[in-house]
Amino acid sequence: MTQVKGVGASPGLAIGRVIWWRKEKPVVETRHVDEPEKELAKLQKAVEQAKEQISKLRETTAERMGEEEAAVFDAHLAFLDDPSFTGEMRNRIQTQQKNAEAVCAEVTQEMSGMLASLDDEYMQARADDIRDVGNRLLLLLLGKTPFDPSLLEPGSVVVSEELTPSDTAQFPEGIAGMVTAKGSKTAHAAIMARTLGIPAVLGLGAAIEKLQDGDILIIDGDKGEITVNPSAEEERVAREQIEKQKKAREQALAEAAQDAVTKDGKRIQVFANIGSLNDVDLALKNHAEGVGLFRTEFLYLENDHWPTEEEQYQAYSKVLKAFGTKPVVIRTLDIGGDKDLPYADLPKEENPFLGHRAIRYCLANPDIFKTQLRALLRASVHGTLWIMFPMIENLSEVRAAKALLDECKNELKQEGIPVSDSIPVGIMIEVPAAAVTADLLAQEVDFMSIGTNDLTQYTLAADRGNEQVAHLYDAAHPAVLRLVQMTCQAAEKAGIIVGMCGELAGDPAMAEVLIGLGLHELSLSAGSIPEVKQAVRRVDAKAAKSLADEAVRQEDGDQVRKIAGRRT
Amino acid sequence: MAEKTVTIKNPSGLHARPASLLVKEAGSFKSTIKIIKNEKVVDAKSLLGVMSLAAKQNDTLTVRAEGEDAEAAVEKLASFLENHQE
Repeated sequence: MTQVKGVGASPGLAIGRVIWWRKEKPVVETRHVDEPEKELAKLQKAVEQAKEQISKLRETTAERMGEEEAAVFDAHLAFLDDPSFTGEMRNRIQTQQKNAEAVCAEVTQEMSGMLASLDDEYMQARADDIRDVGNRLLLLLLGKTPFDPSLLEPGSVVVSEELTPSDTAQFPEGIAGMVTAKGSKTAHAAIMARTLGIPAVLGLGAAIEKLQDGDILIIDGDKGEITVNPSAEEERVAREQIEKQKKAREQALAEAAQDAVTKDGKRIQVFANIGSLNDVDLALKNHAEGVGLFRTEFLYLENDHWPTEEEQYQAYSKVLKAFGTKPVVIRTLDIGGDKDLPYADLPKEENPFLGHRAIRYCLANPDIFKTQLRALLRASVHGTLWIMFPMIENLSEVRAAKALLDECKNELKQEGIPVSDSIPVGIMIEVPAAAVTADLLAQEVDFMSIGTNDLTQYTLAADRGNEQVAHLYDAAHPAVLRLVQMTCQAAEKAGIIVGMCGELAGDPAMAEVLIGLGLHELSLSAGSIPEVKQAVRRVDAKAAKSLADEAVRQEDGDQVRKIAGRRT
Repeated sequence: MAEKTVTIKNPSGLHARPASLLVKEAGSFKSTIKIIKNEKVVDAKSLLGVMSLAAKQNDTLTVRAEGEDAEAAVEKLASFLENHQE
């Protein structure tokens, strides 16, 4: 048995037999050709085939993982039409009379090398895309069949040097886990693994060369660790744990329809976070008691124009109707310089997370903001709408946003369009300043929701997407928990509802601490709802309070997790 | 053939988004259009080409076009390079 440490890129425990996904590095010979026309025709055919393959991949990826994940294939398709890529290949076939395979390899190498050398992360990511697409083209030209993903048997662990988005998109159902030499938490493949719910350990380096087809592998995606050919005892323990997790999951699912009430009778609302209309079904199936965070960015990211009032109205109405009397908290546009909206003039900023984003952008662009507010108000008659403003930092922002909302309400009334007259208005607490002054903000709003992802990154000044500092990012850090506590106390004093909609809320092991801190509502990705409801049922609210008081006095997040786990 | 040399004023240079807008503009002309930075010559209708220039603020670029609408193309693209701000 050997244990190797890598990067835990997708959580969970899995065990399975190794199947290697070998990446062929084809050897290409350069030949002089007398009839370049034949080579041109060959290249043309390969390009057509590649387009067909990529379009199919795009389609299945959009179905299984959503539009955002599928967008990478649009870039691939665009490159196949780019004069500097396939155009340059044609050019070289004609002028240098070389074979198609040789020029394909050459141009791919040059183009990706050039992009990788630029001092720009976006361009560097395009270098990977060029390699991916160039390699596909080359295999087609050589008439070689790439690795056939249908050979990956259910229950196996996929091992490879590196997995691209086009690879993971082809995984058959039931893959137990994945392991690679290269790659980080933020790699495309890692994001896809998380979306598919497959445990993954990446960045294992040369250690993976020792793995053989058929080896038994335990993957611990939480710890970022693999165990190769475990002893009988280790295998038994791992299987037992997986079985236990599976059983707990089944039981949680069976009881998911029941309310989450603590042992001493305190009711905690468990809501779902949703990012598009596709997420509604799973949220309802897992018995979300409402939506605690409906991110509206998809409407803006998937369009090639500012979404119109009517387009937005349709989308909001659908979700509100689906949830009926259950509340749906819709967050207004949270966008800034980190997002690429082709139709918008969002300037690239040195530091987009400290820049002109979210409510700041919306207040500076009242036309864009009012379009959304009008759409929300019109949709309000179809369900139970709550409106939430993101990235609030001071009272004047709250007042300005509410004034615009009132302005829209009056406009609609004058136009004779019905609007619900009981729409709670709330704010996200995600800037430390807002948490610290929550007592002031609470006087102006009906509810507050703590967004722990941004609150953590701002409080600890650590970007979790940056591998160098990701270890500093920990939502359980006592500094973050103290801000949560301050916010909850302010809410209690003002007599308003306070919830949490960051990833921390989805961690069942932290449920007791969170309840102890004073949260009324937890909103999380739909998949975790059954487990979190179970966790709430094991909590005694009074004991939770003393646990929370102890938690905020710990040295660091690890200590917090230790004491939080003591009782579960 | 038409040609014009301009200096980029946009503080963030010719990054991904302006580059794709420029390529779109270029695509609406029939002429062959090149953009030249130092010795490097790229096709203005190729996103990869334009991105590969990695042009920054204060870089000097030359737009050169050949074809029936060369004059108009050079005018349009040169003014885009010079004036586009975001």
